[in-house]
Amino acid sequence: MRKPIVAALAAASVLLAGCEQGIPPEALAISQVSVEKRQLQTRYFETEDESLLLNASVAVLQDLGFTLEESETDLGVLLATKDRDATEAGQIAGAILLGVLTGVYVPTDRNQKIRVSVVTRPLDDGRGRTAVRATFQRLVWDTQGNLSKIEGLNEPELYQGFFEKLAQSVFLEAQEI
Amino acid sequence: MNRTAIMAAAAIALIGLAGCQTNSKDQVLASSESQVALRAMQSRAFDTSDKLQTMRAVIATLQDLGFVVEKADDVLGTVSGTKLDGYQLRMTVTVRPRGETQMIVRANAQYNITPVEDPVPYQQFFAALEKAMFLSAQQVD
Repeated sequence: MRKPIVAALAAASVLLAGCEQGIPPEALAISQVSVEKRQLQTRYFETEDESLLLNASVAVLQDLGFTLEESETDLGVLLATKDRDATEAGQIAGAILLGVLTGVYVPTDRNQKIRVSVVTRPLDDGRGRTAVRATFQRLVWDTQGNLSKIEGLNEPELYQGFFEKLAQSVFLEAQEI
Repeated sequence: MNRTAIMAAAAIALIGLAGCQTNSKDQVLASSESQVALRAMQSRAFDTSDKLQTMRAVIATLQDLGFVVEKADDVLGTVSGTKLDGYQLRMTVTVRPRGETQMIVRANAQYNITPVEDPVPYQQFFAALEKAMFLSAQQVD
């Protein structure tokens, strides 16, 4: 008699949990990590010309195959996305192995949507500099169409690569090449 | 005996369901907090007349908090962004002038599929915005 009641209580609590979800306490709090991420995602350019930086950014995003979703030049905001393959050989090999061993089908990552916002901001430091900050995120769907990853991308080499391309692009824009 | 146990179990499960909604379309106009309480926790006033600078500070704050800024409109004074970190946190922030000397900043957030109606996350957001603005945030009556 005990077992079904325990099972029912478990079911009830699962149901209730489905109705109640809380925001993590650190979601909107500034931390040391936020400062580190700001440094990672920001570069300073020796120009006051925001539209030059925005134009150069759009060109880089196009080079990288992004589609521009939104732009607001007065505030220096760009949003771009791209949909790409998210298949990883290692993950598939693991899934096949697990499938062979257990007979259970394991979904693997299939598609991803990569999002990036680029924001320019003039610095009031009297040196005529402008900050450019890029933020990358991605959503990944597996072979069953479920979201498997929802994450910000914080790999330093990603941002280094982007800003290297941006620096080149700014140079080319300035030279009107 | 086994049957009564199963009945009891089903009843408990149904009680659990009672906590859930009966018509999902009710969500269109739903809000659990009163309109006044919600506005109070989501709004602050800043002593500045510079709307564009306030909006830029809002955008910088959202970026500091890990958001990708999706939309910004300097005419309406609206900024929207999403944070992805194992969850989806969406925010819209509006900046509107009040009189000649103040800007009212209002933020509302959605965590996955639920509205954020707890005052603490908004307090944290405005604390971060104060630093970016170099101005203190005042409660709006």
